[in-house]
This record gives sequence, structure tokens and C-alpha cells, in this order.
Amino acid sequence: MAVLLIGAVADGQLVLDTTARAAAAARQLGEVTLLIMSPNADTAAAAAAEIDEVSNVLVCEHSSFGHDMAEASAAAIVSLAPNYSHVVGPTTSAAKSILPRVAALLDVMLISDVIRIHDQATFDRPVYAGSAIQTIKSRDLVKVLTVRTSAFQAAGRNGVAEIERVHAVEDPGLSEWIEDNIAVVDRPELTSARIVVSGGRGVGSQDSFSAITRLADSLGAAVGASRAAVDAGYAPNDWQIGQTGKIVAPDVYVAIGISGAIQHLAGMKDSKVIIAINKDEEAPIFQIADYGLVADLFEVVPELTERLNGSR
Amino acid sequence: MKVLVAVKRVVDPSVRVRAKQDGSGVDLANVKMSINPFDEVALEQAVRLKEAGVASEVVAVSIGVREAQETLRTALAMGADRAILLEVLEGQRDIEPLSVAKLLAALVGQEQPRLVLVGKQAIDNDMNATGQMLAGLLGWAQATYASKLELAGDSAVTTQEVDGGLRKVKLKLPAVVSVDLRLNEPRYASLMNIMKAKKKPLDVKSAADFGIDVAPRLTVLKTYEPAGRKAGTKLASVDDLIQKLKSGLEVS
Repeated sequence: MAVLLIGAVADGQLVLDTTARAAAAARQLGEVTLLIMSPNADTAAAAAAEIDEVSNVLVCEHSSFGHDMAEASAAAIVSLAPNYSHVVGPTTSAAKSILPRVAALLDVMLISDVIRIHDQATFDRPVYAGSAIQTIKSRDLVKVLTVRTSAFQAAGRNGVAEIERVHAVEDPGLSEWIEDNIAVVDRPELTSARIVVSGGRGVGSQDSFSAITRLADSLGAAVGASRAAVDAGYAPNDWQIGQTGKIVAPDVYVAIGISGAIQHLAGMKDSKVIIAINKDEEAPIFQIADYGLVADLFEVVPELTERLNGSR
Repeated sequence: MKVLVAVKRVVDPSVRVRAKQDGSGVDLANVKMSINPFDEVALEQAVRLKEAGVASEVVAVSIGVREAQETLRTALAMGADRAILLEVLEGQRDIEPLSVAKLLAALVGQEQPRLVLVGKQAIDNDMNATGQMLAGLLGWAQATYASKLELAGDSAVTTQEVDGGLRKVKLKLPAVVSVDLRLNEPRYASLMNIMKAKKKPLDVKSAADFGIDVAPRLTVLKTYEPAGRKAGTKLASVDDLIQKLKSGLEVS
């Protein structure tokens, strides 16, 4: 069995943790060929070649790949697909946009958000915001799937894969990138951080959200938010954790001013330790938190931050 | 310009869904059903395009069992001009996104819209596939996770919610756009519009008449509840919390 894995590339760099986790998942299905699509792929390809579990790296360069344009990316993947039994991608916004298009062009059904691989054709995936898990078996000849990266341990980095170049097929020219508005932050990636500090509606405003980010920085943590906080404009969209946002499973998840709607729990309930701070004793978040502190976040979060900074 | 909006009838987002004990599926007996929240946003956007004089007609379409007519009546009450149900048999209740995309592609051939709007995912199967699949089958441009949409001449400019932030992309029309929740806030249908909607045209066609193979590619072997978490201990102070934070990081 041969697997074509779509590497995660952002700004010309390999997104290492995401790709290494997807590689570990893909290896359960067969020999892994990692595809790097980028306008200038050399740096990313060199990093990709070091990932254990990767046998070959394919480099495909085209100007339209810099911004994950789905039409051109899907066309390139479809042109390579006949050599593979599986096409696998991580659950990044890019792969979630591109791979369903690939699946349709191959006339196969997409299998999204896989959390467990039983065999070549049988997978577990959550449905209904994670309220249930389905074990499904595909009868398609080629399986196209996205794997939830938080559900797989990252492969190591001692590999020496061969790097080979392939030509991109012609860009169908259906869409054109205009601009990105992507914040550059000096914090760990949300989906690969060991600690995530997350704020909800209870935080109350965009200004007071700085209490959350300061605590996160004192812990070297990534920052997350509930949908309510993002909708209210307290936090940017890419911080959203939940059914329709990012899925995280850090060692420690600190939920602050988050009531714990099922849609939010869907994005964080596989964290190893959950700590909740909320002034409402009845908040549903306490039903799943390992440790809960019933308190006013505006008092305890600054105190906590100060103590952590002082103890370093 | 004609806009087609695909809407799905799903379990209401407020319902706590549970897997059946015997693993055969989720228990949907007597639960409240609603229009998929993301599709509601798609429909709202289409209606706003019509109100702004950009869209000439808004057609809502659903693929599902007979009861999906209720979902289409909701769409008509919100402002769609007419509705089409491609009815499937009771046994095809869980029709897969690939089949839905194929049926929609066939309908697009008949209706010739310049823009198709869909929700980014259905909150039942959480697959997040139909819009991208439809765009692929039609050979059209696609945008996913749209939180802004502007139409100008022969193109659509969308802002998409991507990892790390926002991305602005220009699409050649015709195109398929899958929408995110922050695109707009859907209106409530007024009683008057609910009454009016009863008189708007709702065509029911048999999906089988399109001659498309809709047999599922995926077989559900088992459905189960994920391992639950239990409520833990309540802490008395920030001191306790710091201690638990540190031990949480050490154990792992």
C-alpha cells in the first residue's frame, strides 16, 4: 500500500509538528510519500525528508501553491493520485479545503477528521460535535482522508528520505490570491502546544482578554478562545477552539470564563488535564474539568500570572 | 444573477445527541430537527444579495427525505423565492456528501446559477465536504470558510477564515462558496413571511430520476459514545491551582 501525504506548508516553511503527526498516522496505512507543494519548496522539502516514517519526498513547485489555492492544488494531487492507495492530509484549513475537491475528482467519498485507523479501509471519526464516534469502512479504491493531528503522536526526526521533483499540472486559473491577514505571534502553535490557556465570553471584552494572553505567556502556552469570545470580537478567529474551530489535546488546558457548551468541549475534551476557572459554580465546564476554581477571573488570573512570573 | 443555496435538515444544535447502547447509531427518535446553522447563514447571505439588487433570484434546494420540505419552508420564509426538494427514499436518509454533490451538480445544469452558496459543514456528520466536492465536479472556483463575500461583475471576492488568520481571494464566477458563521447573523422569519412562504413554489422531484448512483461508499460498522470525563475536584485557592498546574505538566 502506498500513501500520498500532503505536507503542511505555511510561508514556505514546513509546519513540522502537524506534518509529523500526520506522517505517523499515514505510516499505519503503508509506505509514505510526502508531497510538498510550495512556490519555493527546498527548505520545506529538506525538513520533510528528516521526518521518520517518510520514505520519499515529492517536491512540486508552482506560484499558486503559496496560498493553498484549492483548484490548482487539487489538480496537482489528482495528477499524482493514480500511484497511491491512500491520499492523506492533516486537518489544516488548507487540506480541509483541498482534499474534498480531490475526492470528488477521483469519484470517491472523503473521510474527514479520522481519529483512529483500524486497517486499510476502516477508520473512526467523530460525528455530532464529538457526541458519538463512528467506525466506518470505505469501499472506494482510493481512500482520501484527513487525520485529526491531535489524535496521533508525532513521528521523530531522524529520517533520510529521498527527495524527487515532479511537475505541477497547469493551474486552471479559476481563483486569484489577493492578500493574507495573518498575525505573526511569538507563541506556540495552538494545535501542538503543551499548554493552552483559553478565554470565553466571561472575559468580557477585547481589552480584558490581555489577562488571558499574559497568563499564557507566563506559562509559555498557546492562546485559545471559545466561539462566543470570537463572535464577540474579544479574540481573532484563528484562536477558536471547538466543533468548527481548532481541535486541541494539550497536556494542560486552562479554560477561563468558558461555560462549556458542547461545541466547545468537542475541541478540547481530549486534553490530558483540564483546569477551569469560572465564577458560576453551575457552569457545565466543571462537569468535565479535572480541577475547578470557582472564582472571579479578574481577581485570580492576574494573581496567578504574577505568582507564576515571580516563581521563575 | 441566480443564486442557488443548498440547505440540509439536521438535528437541532441544542439537542444533546447520544449513541444507542447497541452501537447501531445515534438516537434520533422524537428529537427536534432544524435547518443546518451554517446553511442558514448561506441563505441569509443570498437573501441579502437579492435585497442589494445583486441577485435576481434565490433558489433554495435540499436533498433529503420528505420532511426536508419543512426546512425548505423555513428557507422560503427567510426570503428564498422558490425551493426544490430532491427527495430520497427513507432508507437513504444518510445520503453522503459525494452523492449530494453529484445531485446538486445535475441540478446546477438545469438551473444555471452563477453562484452556489452552502454551509461549511453539516452539524450532524461534521464532514465538511459538499461545497468543495460540488466545485470539483463542476470545475468551478471554490471558497471555503467565507466570513465576507462581495460580488463585482464577473467575480466574487471572499475573505476566508484560515489557520493563522484571514485570507482574501478573488474567484471567477460561476463559483461555489462555503460559508462560516461570522459571515452574517441570520434573520428570524416574521409571522407574515412564514404565512407568505406557504404560497411560494416548492417543487418536489425524485432524486432517483437523475439517474445518479447514490449508493453509499462508507459503511458505518458501529457508533459509540466517546470515553466520558468525570467532574474532578474543586480547588480552594490560587495556591492549589498552581500546584495542580505544575503537577499536570510533570506527569505528562
